[in-house]
Amino acid sequence: MVAPLEQAFRDQWGRVLATLIGLLGDFDLAEEAAQEAFAIAARRWPVDGTPDNPGAWLIATGRNRAIDRIRRDRALAAKTRRLQAPEAAEVEMDDTTIFPDERLELLFTCCHPALATEAQVALTLRALGGLTTAEIARAFLVPEPTMAQRLVRAKRKIAAAGIPFRVPPAHLLPERLDAVLAIVYLIFNEGYSGRGHLAAEAIRLGRALAELMPDEPEAQGLLALMLLLDARREARFRGDDLVLLDDQDHTLWDATQIEDGRTVLDRALALHGHGPYVVQAAIASLHADRPRDWPQIAALYSELSRQTGSPVVELNRAVAVAEVEGPSAGLAIVDSIDLDDYRYLHSTRGEMLRQLGRTDEARDAYRRALDLVHDDAERRLLKRKLAELAG
Amino acid sequence: MKYMLLIHQGTTPTPNSPEDWARLSQDEQQAVYAAYQKINENPGVTAGLGLAPPETATTVRVQDGRTLTTDGPFVETKEALGGYLIFEADDLDAAIELAASIPAASMGGAIEVRPVVEW
Repeated sequence: MVAPLEQAFRDQWGRVLATLIGLLGDFDLAEEAAQEAFAIAARRWPVDGTPDNPGAWLIATGRNRAIDRIRRDRALAAKTRRLQAPEAAEVEMDDTTIFPDERLELLFTCCHPALATEAQVALTLRALGGLTTAEIARAFLVPEPTMAQRLVRAKRKIAAAGIPFRVPPAHLLPERLDAVLAIVYLIFNEGYSGRGHLAAEAIRLGRALAELMPDEPEAQGLLALMLLLDARREARFRGDDLVLLDDQDHTLWDATQIEDGRTVLDRALALHGHGPYVVQAAIASLHADRPRDWPQIAALYSELSRQTGSPVVELNRAVAVAEVEGPSAGLAIVDSIDLDDYRYLHSTRGEMLRQLGRTDEARDAYRRALDLVHDDAERRLLKRKLAELAG
Repeated sequence: MKYMLLIHQGTTPTPNSPEDWARLSQDEQQAVYAAYQKINENPGVTAGLGLAPPETATTVRVQDGRTLTTDGPFVETKEALGGYLIFEADDLDAAIELAASIPAASMGGAIEVRPVVEW
Protein backbone atom coordinates (compact mmCIF):
# COMPACT_ATOMS: atom_id res chain seq x y z
CA MET A 1 0.00 0.00 0.00
CA VAL A 2 2.78 2.40 0.92
CA ALA A 3 4.76 2.03 -2.30
CA PRO A 4 1.98 2.96 -4.79
CA LEU A 5 1.06 5.92 -2.58
CA GLU A 6 4.68 7.06 -2.56
CA GLN A 7 4.79 6.74 -6.34
CA ALA A 8 1.62 8.84 -6.68
CA PHE A 9 3.22 11.45 -4.44
CA ARG A 10 6.38 11.57 -6.54
CA ASP A 11 4.31 11.95 -9.69
CA GLN A 12 2.17 14.73 -8.23
CA TRP A 13 4.76 16.69 -6.25
CA GLY A 14 6.05 18.99 -9.02
CA ARG A 15 2.60 19.89 -10.27
CA VAL A 16 1.18 20.50 -6.81
CA LEU A 17 4.14 22.63 -5.72
CA ALA A 18 4.16 24.63 -8.96
CA THR A 19 0.47 25.47 -8.72
CA LEU A 20 0.76 26.37 -5.03
CA ILE A 21 3.65 28.75 -5.78
CA GLY A 22 1.47 30.32 -8.47
CA LEU A 23 -1.43 30.68 -6.01
CA LEU A 24 0.54 31.75 -2.95
CA GLY A 25 3.33 33.73 -4.57
CA ASP A 26 5.91 32.37 -2.14
CA PHE A 27 8.20 29.40 -2.65
CA ASP A 28 8.73 28.52 1.03
CA LEU A 29 5.11 28.90 1.99
CA ALA A 30 4.06 26.76 -0.99
CA GLU A 31 6.59 24.07 -0.09
CA GLU A 32 5.35 23.90 3.50
CA ALA A 33 1.75 23.78 2.28
CA ALA A 34 2.53 21.02 -0.22
CA GLN A 35 4.29 18.97 2.45
CA GLU A 36 1.33 19.37 4.77
CA ALA A 37 -1.14 18.36 2.04
CA PHE A 38 0.87 15.23 1.24
CA ALA A 39 1.03 14.34 4.94
CA ILE A 40 -2.74 14.65 5.25
CA ALA A 41 -3.19 12.53 2.13
CA ALA A 42 -0.91 9.85 3.57
CA ARG A 43 -3.21 9.62 6.60
CA ARG A 44 -6.56 9.90 4.85
CA TRP A 45 -6.29 8.20 1.49
CA PRO A 46 -5.65 4.70 2.84
CA VAL A 47 -8.81 5.09 4.95
CA ASP A 48 -11.14 7.22 2.79
CA GLY A 49 -9.85 6.03 -0.58
CA THR A 50 -7.88 8.00 -3.17
CA PRO A 51 -9.85 11.02 -4.46
CA ASP A 52 -10.93 11.09 -8.13
CA ASN A 53 -8.51 13.87 -8.90
CA PRO A 54 -5.57 13.46 -6.49
CA GLY A 55 -3.64 16.45 -7.86
CA ALA A 56 -6.51 18.91 -7.44
CA TRP A 57 -7.26 17.46 -3.98
CA LEU A 58 -3.64 18.04 -2.91
CA ILE A 59 -3.55 21.58 -4.32
CA ALA A 60 -6.87 22.58 -2.73
CA THR A 61 -5.84 21.07 0.61
CA GLY A 62 -2.42 22.70 0.54
CA ARG A 63 -3.82 26.07 -0.39
CA ASN A 64 -6.51 25.94 2.31
CA ARG A 65 -3.93 24.91 4.91
CA ALA A 66 -1.67 27.80 3.92
CA ILE A 67 -4.51 30.28 4.30
CA ASP A 68 -5.55 28.80 7.67
CA ARG A 69 -2.02 29.03 8.88
CA ILE A 70 -1.68 32.65 7.85
CA ARG A 71 -4.97 33.59 9.50
CA ARG A 72 -3.82 31.90 12.69
CA ASP A 73 -0.42 33.41 12.69
CA ARG A 74 -0.63 37.13 12.22
CA ALA A 75 3.07 37.40 12.82
CA LEU A 76 3.48 36.35 9.22
CA ALA A 77 2.25 39.77 8.18
CA ALA A 78 4.48 40.07 5.14
CA LYS A 79 3.22 36.82 3.70
CA THR A 80 -0.42 37.76 4.36
CA ARG A 81 0.03 40.89 2.34
CA ARG A 82 1.10 38.83 -0.59
CA LEU A 83 -1.94 36.62 -0.20
CA GLN A 84 -4.27 39.58 -0.59
CA ALA A 85 -3.49 39.48 -4.30
CA PRO A 86 -6.74 39.07 -6.27
CA GLU A 87 -6.09 35.47 -7.35
CA ALA A 88 -6.01 34.36 -3.72
CA ALA A 89 -9.48 35.73 -3.01
CA GLU A 90 -11.88 33.85 -0.76
CA VAL A 91 -12.76 31.18 -3.28
CA GLU A 92 -13.63 27.68 -2.13
CA MET A 93 -11.39 25.15 -3.81
CA ASP A 94 -11.77 21.41 -3.83
CA ASP A 95 -10.77 18.49 -6.00
CA THR A 96 -13.17 19.54 -8.76
CA THR A 97 -11.38 22.87 -9.27
CA ILE A 98 -9.34 22.93 -12.45
CA PHE A 99 -5.85 24.19 -11.70
CA PRO A 100 -3.41 25.29 -14.38
CA ASP A 101 -0.25 23.22 -14.80
CA GLU A 102 2.56 25.60 -13.83
CA ARG A 103 5.45 23.15 -13.80
CA LEU A 104 7.01 24.96 -16.75
CA GLU A 105 7.00 28.26 -14.84
CA LEU A 106 8.60 26.46 -11.91
CA LEU A 107 11.25 24.86 -14.11
CA PHE A 108 12.24 28.20 -15.64
CA THR A 109 12.41 29.73 -12.16
CA CYS A 110 14.61 26.94 -10.80
CA CYS A 111 16.92 27.17 -13.83
CA HIS A 112 17.23 30.96 -13.77
CA PRO A 113 20.78 31.99 -14.71
CA ALA A 114 20.94 34.37 -11.73
CA LEU A 115 21.25 31.24 -9.55
CA ALA A 116 24.51 29.29 -9.32
CA THR A 117 24.50 26.16 -11.48
CA GLU A 118 24.72 23.80 -8.49
CA ALA A 119 21.78 25.62 -6.90
CA GLN A 120 19.77 25.29 -10.13
CA VAL A 121 20.44 21.56 -10.18
CA ALA A 122 19.49 21.06 -6.52
CA LEU A 123 16.40 23.22 -6.74
CA THR A 124 15.17 21.48 -9.90
CA LEU A 125 15.57 18.05 -8.29
CA ARG A 126 13.81 19.21 -5.13
CA ALA A 127 10.99 21.23 -6.68
CA LEU A 128 10.16 19.19 -9.78
CA GLY A 129 11.73 15.82 -9.06
CA GLY A 130 10.36 15.71 -5.53
CA LEU A 131 13.64 14.37 -4.17
CA THR A 132 14.26 15.07 -0.50
CA THR A 133 17.16 17.24 0.60
CA ALA A 134 18.86 14.10 1.98
CA GLU A 135 18.51 12.29 -1.35
CA ILE A 136 19.98 15.21 -3.29
CA ALA A 137 22.83 15.54 -0.80
CA ARG A 138 23.64 11.83 -1.20
CA ALA A 139 23.50 12.06 -4.99
CA PHE A 140 26.02 14.92 -5.06
CA LEU A 141 28.15 13.55 -2.23
CA VAL A 142 27.80 16.60 0.01
CA PRO A 143 26.70 16.66 3.66
CA GLU A 144 22.97 17.15 4.11
CA PRO A 145 23.27 20.48 5.98
CA THR A 146 25.34 21.86 3.08
CA MET A 147 22.65 20.89 0.60
CA ALA A 148 19.90 22.26 2.87
CA GLN A 149 21.79 25.54 3.08
CA ARG A 150 22.20 25.64 -0.71
CA LEU A 151 18.45 25.18 -1.20
CA VAL A 152 17.55 27.79 1.42
CA ARG A 153 19.92 30.32 -0.10
CA ALA A 154 18.55 29.72 -3.62
CA LYS A 155 14.94 30.13 -2.50
CA ARG A 156 15.87 33.26 -0.59
CA LYS A 157 17.47 34.73 -3.69
CA ILE A 158 14.40 33.93 -5.81
CA ALA A 159 12.25 35.94 -3.40
CA ALA A 160 14.67 38.75 -2.57
CA ALA A 161 16.03 39.39 -6.06
CA GLY A 162 12.65 39.17 -7.75
CA ILE A 163 13.29 36.20 -10.03
CA PRO A 164 9.98 35.92 -11.88
CA PHE A 165 7.73 32.85 -11.76
CA ARG A 166 6.87 32.60 -15.43
CA VAL A 167 7.79 31.18 -18.80
CA PRO A 168 10.13 33.82 -20.25
CA PRO A 169 8.79 36.06 -23.02
CA ALA A 170 9.69 35.23 -26.63
CA HIS A 171 12.83 37.40 -26.84
CA LEU A 172 14.36 35.68 -23.77
CA LEU A 173 13.02 32.19 -24.42
CA PRO A 174 15.73 30.67 -26.64
CA GLU A 175 18.51 31.52 -24.17
CA ARG A 176 16.51 30.45 -21.13
CA LEU A 177 15.36 27.22 -22.72
CA ASP A 178 19.00 26.40 -23.45
CA ALA A 179 19.73 26.89 -19.76
CA VAL A 180 16.87 24.56 -18.72
CA LEU A 181 17.95 21.88 -21.20
CA ALA A 182 21.54 22.17 -19.99
CA ILE A 183 20.51 21.63 -16.36
CA VAL A 184 18.42 18.56 -17.20
CA TYR A 185 21.27 17.12 -19.29
CA LEU A 186 23.75 17.86 -16.52
CA ILE A 187 21.59 15.87 -14.09
CA PHE A 188 21.45 13.05 -16.65
CA ASN A 189 25.22 12.98 -17.05
CA GLU A 190 25.74 12.91 -13.29
CA GLY A 191 23.59 9.79 -13.38
CA TYR A 192 25.15 8.32 -16.51
CA SER A 193 28.52 8.04 -14.83
CA GLY A 194 27.17 5.48 -12.38
CA ARG A 195 24.39 6.98 -10.24
CA GLY A 196 21.51 5.55 -12.26
CA HIS A 197 18.67 7.07 -10.26
CA LEU A 198 19.78 10.57 -11.33
CA ALA A 199 19.63 9.51 -14.99
CA ALA A 200 16.09 8.21 -14.42
CA GLU A 201 15.22 11.48 -12.70
CA ALA A 202 16.58 13.49 -15.64
CA ILE A 203 14.51 11.40 -18.05
CA ARG A 204 11.39 12.10 -15.97
CA LEU A 205 12.16 15.83 -16.13
CA GLY A 206 12.88 15.54 -19.85
CA ARG A 207 9.54 13.80 -20.41
CA ALA A 208 7.71 16.52 -18.52
CA LEU A 209 9.51 19.21 -20.51
CA ALA A 210 8.79 17.50 -23.85
CA GLU A 211 5.14 17.18 -22.86
CA LEU A 212 4.91 20.81 -21.70
CA MET A 213 6.69 22.18 -24.79
CA PRO A 214 5.40 19.84 -27.51
CA ASP A 215 6.42 22.18 -30.36
CA GLU A 216 9.98 22.74 -29.17
CA PRO A 217 12.28 20.43 -31.18
CA GLU A 218 15.25 20.73 -28.80
CA ALA A 219 13.11 19.64 -25.82
CA GLN A 220 12.12 16.54 -27.84
CA GLY A 221 15.74 16.14 -28.97
CA LEU A 222 17.05 16.12 -25.40
CA LEU A 223 14.50 13.51 -24.31
CA ALA A 224 15.33 11.33 -27.33
CA LEU A 225 19.05 11.65 -26.61
CA MET A 226 18.70 10.66 -22.96
CA LEU A 227 16.44 7.70 -23.78
CA LEU A 228 18.83 6.41 -26.44
CA LEU A 229 21.95 6.75 -24.27
CA ASP A 230 20.26 5.34 -21.19
CA ALA A 231 19.03 2.33 -23.18
CA ARG A 232 22.65 1.14 -23.30
CA ARG A 233 23.21 1.57 -19.56
CA GLU A 234 23.07 -2.15 -18.67
CA ALA A 235 25.73 -2.92 -21.29
CA ARG A 236 28.12 -0.14 -20.22
CA PHE A 237 29.44 -1.97 -17.20
CA ARG A 238 30.53 -5.56 -16.68
CA GLY A 239 30.70 -5.86 -12.94
CA ASP A 240 32.43 -2.59 -12.10
CA ASP A 241 34.32 -2.47 -15.37
CA LEU A 242 33.51 -0.03 -18.14
CA VAL A 243 32.71 -1.61 -21.51
CA LEU A 244 33.21 0.49 -24.66
CA LEU A 245 30.39 0.75 -27.18
CA ASP A 246 32.15 -1.53 -29.70
CA ASP A 247 32.53 -4.31 -27.13
CA GLN A 248 29.04 -4.05 -25.64
CA ASP A 249 26.67 -7.00 -25.66
CA HIS A 250 23.68 -5.51 -27.46
CA THR A 251 21.33 -8.10 -26.13
CA LEU A 252 21.67 -6.06 -22.92
CA TRP A 253 20.38 -2.92 -24.63
CA ASP A 254 16.84 -1.92 -23.80
CA ALA A 255 15.19 -2.32 -27.22
CA THR A 256 11.87 -0.85 -26.10
CA GLN A 257 13.59 2.26 -24.82
CA ILE A 258 15.57 2.61 -28.06
CA GLU A 259 12.28 2.46 -29.99
CA ASP A 260 10.82 5.00 -27.58
CA GLY A 261 13.80 7.31 -28.12
CA ARG A 262 13.54 6.99 -31.89
CA THR A 263 9.84 7.86 -31.82
CA VAL A 264 10.66 11.03 -29.89
CA LEU A 265 13.52 11.77 -32.29
CA ASP A 266 11.12 11.43 -35.24
CA ARG A 267 8.85 13.99 -33.59
CA ALA A 268 11.80 16.39 -33.21
CA LEU A 269 12.75 15.90 -36.86
CA ALA A 270 9.15 16.42 -37.95
CA LEU A 271 9.35 19.79 -36.15
CA HIS A 272 12.36 20.56 -38.38
CA GLY A 273 14.69 20.33 -35.41
CA HIS A 274 18.38 20.47 -36.20
CA GLY A 275 19.82 21.94 -32.98
CA PRO A 276 22.57 20.29 -30.96
CA TYR A 277 20.33 17.95 -28.92
CA VAL A 278 18.47 16.73 -32.00
CA VAL A 279 21.75 16.10 -33.83
CA GLN A 280 23.21 14.26 -30.82
CA ALA A 281 20.06 12.14 -30.56
CA ALA A 282 20.32 11.30 -34.27
CA ILE A 283 23.92 10.21 -33.70
CA ALA A 284 22.93 8.11 -30.67
CA SER A 285 20.22 6.49 -32.78
CA LEU A 286 22.73 5.60 -35.52
CA HIS A 287 25.05 4.14 -32.88
CA ALA A 288 22.28 1.71 -31.95
CA ASP A 289 22.27 0.22 -35.47
CA ARG A 290 24.35 -2.82 -36.51
CA PRO A 291 26.25 -2.39 -38.75
CA ARG A 292 26.73 1.29 -38.11
CA ASP A 293 26.42 3.92 -40.82
CA TRP A 294 29.79 5.57 -40.14
CA PRO A 295 29.73 8.05 -43.06
CA GLN A 296 26.39 9.36 -41.77
CA ILE A 297 27.71 9.49 -38.19
CA ALA A 298 30.79 11.41 -39.36
CA ALA A 299 28.58 13.87 -41.27
CA LEU A 300 26.41 14.49 -38.20
CA TYR A 301 29.46 15.05 -35.98
CA SER A 302 30.70 17.50 -38.57
CA GLU A 303 27.40 19.39 -38.31
CA LEU A 304 27.52 19.28 -34.50
CA SER A 305 31.10 20.51 -34.52
CA ARG A 306 30.06 23.44 -36.72
CA GLN A 307 27.21 24.30 -34.31
CA THR A 308 29.09 23.99 -31.06
CA GLY A 309 32.74 24.63 -31.96
CA SER A 310 33.51 22.04 -29.29
CA PRO A 311 36.86 20.24 -29.48
CA VAL A 312 35.25 17.23 -27.75
CA VAL A 313 32.80 16.91 -30.64
CA GLU A 314 35.72 17.21 -33.06
CA LEU A 315 37.36 14.27 -31.26
CA ASN A 316 34.21 12.20 -31.79
CA ARG A 317 34.22 13.20 -35.45
CA ALA A 318 37.81 11.95 -35.67
CA VAL A 319 36.70 8.52 -34.41
CA ALA A 320 33.93 8.35 -37.02
CA VAL A 321 36.27 9.51 -39.80
CA ALA A 322 38.78 6.84 -38.74
CA GLU A 323 36.05 4.21 -39.21
CA VAL A 324 35.29 5.50 -42.72
CA GLU A 325 38.73 6.45 -44.04
CA GLY A 326 41.11 4.56 -41.75
CA PRO A 327 43.12 5.40 -38.61
CA SER A 328 45.59 7.81 -40.22
CA ALA A 329 42.76 10.12 -41.37
CA GLY A 330 41.35 10.02 -37.82
CA LEU A 331 44.75 10.63 -36.27
CA ALA A 332 45.27 13.69 -38.48
CA ILE A 333 42.13 15.23 -36.97
CA VAL A 334 43.05 14.20 -33.41
CA ASP A 335 46.45 15.83 -33.77
CA SER A 336 44.83 19.11 -34.81
CA ILE A 337 42.71 19.30 -31.62
CA ASP A 338 43.96 21.46 -28.78
CA LEU A 339 42.76 19.50 -25.76
CA ASP A 340 45.89 18.24 -24.08
CA ASP A 341 44.33 17.74 -20.62
CA TYR A 342 41.47 15.63 -21.88
CA ARG A 343 42.02 11.93 -21.15
CA TYR A 344 39.82 10.70 -24.01
CA LEU A 345 41.97 12.57 -26.51
CA HIS A 346 44.95 10.49 -25.42
CA SER A 347 43.09 7.18 -25.18
CA THR A 348 41.63 7.77 -28.66
CA ARG A 349 45.07 8.64 -29.99
CA GLY A 350 46.44 5.49 -28.34
CA GLU A 351 43.85 3.33 -30.07
CA MET A 352 44.54 4.87 -33.50
CA LEU A 353 48.30 4.55 -33.08
CA ARG A 354 47.85 0.92 -32.04
CA GLN A 355 45.87 0.22 -35.21
CA LEU A 356 48.67 1.84 -37.23
CA GLY A 357 51.21 -0.46 -35.55
CA ARG A 358 52.99 2.46 -33.84
CA THR A 359 53.07 0.56 -30.56
CA ASP A 360 55.56 2.71 -28.63
CA GLU A 361 53.66 5.90 -29.35
CA ALA A 362 50.40 4.13 -28.52
CA ARG A 363 51.83 3.13 -25.14
CA ASP A 364 52.88 6.73 -24.41
CA ALA A 365 49.41 7.98 -25.32
CA TYR A 366 47.66 5.45 -23.05
CA ARG A 367 50.02 6.35 -20.21
CA ARG A 368 49.21 10.02 -20.66
CA ALA A 369 45.48 9.16 -20.51
CA LEU A 370 46.10 7.11 -17.39
CA ASP A 371 47.77 10.11 -15.73
CA LEU A 372 44.66 12.19 -16.31
CA VAL A 373 41.98 9.70 -15.26
CA HIS A 374 40.09 10.00 -11.96
CA ASP A 375 37.52 7.26 -12.28
CA ASP A 376 38.47 3.74 -11.14
CA ALA A 377 36.50 1.93 -13.85
CA GLU A 378 38.17 4.02 -16.55
CA ARG A 379 41.59 3.45 -14.99
CA ARG A 380 41.12 -0.33 -15.14
CA LEU A 381 40.01 -0.08 -18.76
CA LEU A 382 43.13 1.86 -19.74
CA LYS A 383 45.34 -0.59 -17.84
CA ARG A 384 43.75 -3.46 -19.80
CA LYS A 385 44.49 -1.62 -23.05
CA LEU A 386 48.10 -1.07 -22.02
CA ALA A 387 48.48 -4.73 -21.05
CA GLU A 388 47.12 -5.78 -24.46
CA LEU A 389 49.78 -3.65 -26.15
CA ALA A 390 52.52 -5.34 -24.19
CA GLY A 391 51.22 -8.77 -25.23
CA MET B 1 10.67 46.01 -7.14
CA LYS B 2 13.46 48.53 -6.95
CA TYR B 3 16.95 47.58 -8.08
CA MET B 4 20.21 49.45 -7.76
CA LEU B 5 22.47 48.91 -10.74
CA LEU B 6 26.08 49.34 -9.67
CA ILE B 7 28.24 50.22 -12.63
CA HIS B 8 31.78 48.89 -12.42
CA GLN B 9 33.66 50.42 -15.32
CA GLY B 10 36.57 47.95 -15.21
CA THR B 11 38.68 48.70 -18.28
CA THR B 12 35.84 50.50 -20.07
CA PRO B 13 37.10 53.74 -21.65
CA THR B 14 35.28 56.73 -20.12
CA PRO B 15 35.62 60.52 -20.51
CA ASN B 16 37.18 60.43 -17.02
CA SER B 17 40.34 59.28 -18.73
CA PRO B 18 40.68 61.39 -21.91
CA GLU B 19 43.52 59.25 -23.20
CA ASP B 20 41.47 56.03 -23.08
CA TRP B 21 38.37 57.82 -24.29
CA ALA B 22 40.25 59.07 -27.36
CA ARG B 23 40.87 55.45 -28.38
CA LEU B 24 37.19 55.21 -29.26
CA SER B 25 36.06 56.52 -32.63
CA GLN B 26 33.61 59.43 -32.78
CA ASP B 27 30.84 56.96 -33.65
CA GLU B 28 31.68 54.75 -30.69
CA GLN B 29 31.70 57.75 -28.34
CA GLN B 30 28.34 58.85 -29.69
CA ALA B 31 26.99 55.32 -29.20
CA VAL B 32 27.99 55.41 -25.52
CA TYR B 33 26.24 58.76 -24.99
CA ALA B 34 23.18 57.53 -26.89
CA ALA B 35 23.00 54.37 -24.78
CA TYR B 36 23.07 56.37 -21.53
CA GLN B 37 20.52 58.82 -22.88
CA LYS B 38 18.19 55.95 -23.75
CA ILE B 39 18.62 54.48 -20.27
CA ASN B 40 17.89 57.84 -18.62
CA GLU B 41 14.73 58.20 -20.69
CA ASN B 42 13.43 54.85 -19.41
CA PRO B 43 10.56 55.81 -17.08
CA GLY B 44 11.62 53.25 -14.46
CA VAL B 45 15.11 54.74 -14.15
CA THR B 46 16.16 57.24 -11.50
CA ALA B 47 19.55 58.45 -12.66
CA GLY B 48 22.27 58.20 -10.05
CA LEU B 49 25.56 60.00 -9.95
CA GLY B 50 28.76 59.18 -11.74
CA LEU B 51 31.81 58.90 -9.56
CA ALA B 52 35.28 60.32 -10.11
CA PRO B 53 37.86 57.61 -10.84
CA PRO B 54 38.92 55.23 -8.03
CA GLU B 55 42.37 56.90 -7.80
CA THR B 56 40.58 59.81 -6.12
CA ALA B 57 39.00 57.58 -3.46
CA THR B 58 39.82 57.59 0.24
CA THR B 59 38.80 54.63 2.35
CA VAL B 60 37.95 55.20 6.01
CA ARG B 61 37.98 52.65 8.84
CA VAL B 62 37.72 53.14 12.58
CA GLN B 63 39.87 50.89 14.74
CA ASP B 64 39.92 51.16 18.55
CA GLY B 65 38.36 54.59 18.24
CA ARG B 66 41.03 55.83 15.83
CA THR B 67 40.08 56.88 12.36
CA LEU B 68 42.33 55.23 9.79
CA THR B 69 42.34 56.45 6.25
CA THR B 70 43.92 54.74 3.27
CA ASP B 71 44.43 56.03 -0.21
CA GLY B 72 42.32 54.31 -2.84
CA PRO B 73 39.06 52.42 -3.05
CA PHE B 74 37.88 49.62 -0.71
CA VAL B 75 38.18 47.03 -3.47
CA GLU B 76 40.85 46.71 -6.16
CA THR B 77 40.96 49.70 -8.48
CA LYS B 78 39.74 47.74 -11.45
CA GLU B 79 36.74 46.50 -9.47
CA ALA B 80 35.80 49.88 -8.03
CA LEU B 81 32.34 51.34 -8.35
CA GLY B 82 32.04 53.89 -11.14
CA GLY B 83 28.44 54.97 -10.81
CA TYR B 84 24.95 53.74 -10.15
CA LEU B 85 21.32 54.15 -11.03
CA ILE B 86 18.05 53.06 -9.50
CA PHE B 87 15.58 51.07 -11.58
CA GLU B 88 11.98 50.35 -10.67
CA ALA B 89 11.17 47.09 -12.46
CA ASP B 90 8.67 44.23 -12.39
CA ASP B 91 11.31 41.60 -11.86
CA LEU B 92 14.95 40.61 -12.12
CA ASP B 93 14.68 39.81 -15.83
CA ALA B 94 13.78 43.43 -16.60
CA ALA B 95 16.68 44.67 -14.45
CA ILE B 96 19.10 42.29 -16.18
CA GLU B 97 17.96 43.56 -19.58
CA LEU B 98 18.57 47.18 -18.58
CA ALA B 99 21.94 46.27 -17.07
CA ALA B 100 22.94 44.62 -20.35
CA SER B 101 22.25 47.90 -22.19
CA ILE B 102 24.71 49.88 -20.03
CA PRO B 103 27.89 50.39 -22.13
CA ALA B 104 30.24 49.27 -19.34
CA ALA B 105 28.61 45.80 -19.47
CA SER B 106 29.98 45.19 -22.97
CA MET B 107 33.13 47.35 -22.93
CA GLY B 108 35.29 45.81 -20.22
CA GLY B 109 33.28 46.33 -17.04
CA ALA B 110 30.28 44.73 -15.38
CA ILE B 111 27.03 45.72 -13.74
CA GLU B 112 26.00 44.40 -10.34
CA VAL B 113 22.23 44.24 -9.89
CA ARG B 114 21.10 44.49 -6.28
CA PRO B 115 17.53 44.63 -5.00
CA VAL B 116 16.94 47.69 -2.85
CA VAL B 117 15.56 46.75 0.57
CA GLU B 118 12.28 48.52 1.16
CA TRP B 119 11.32 48.96 4.77
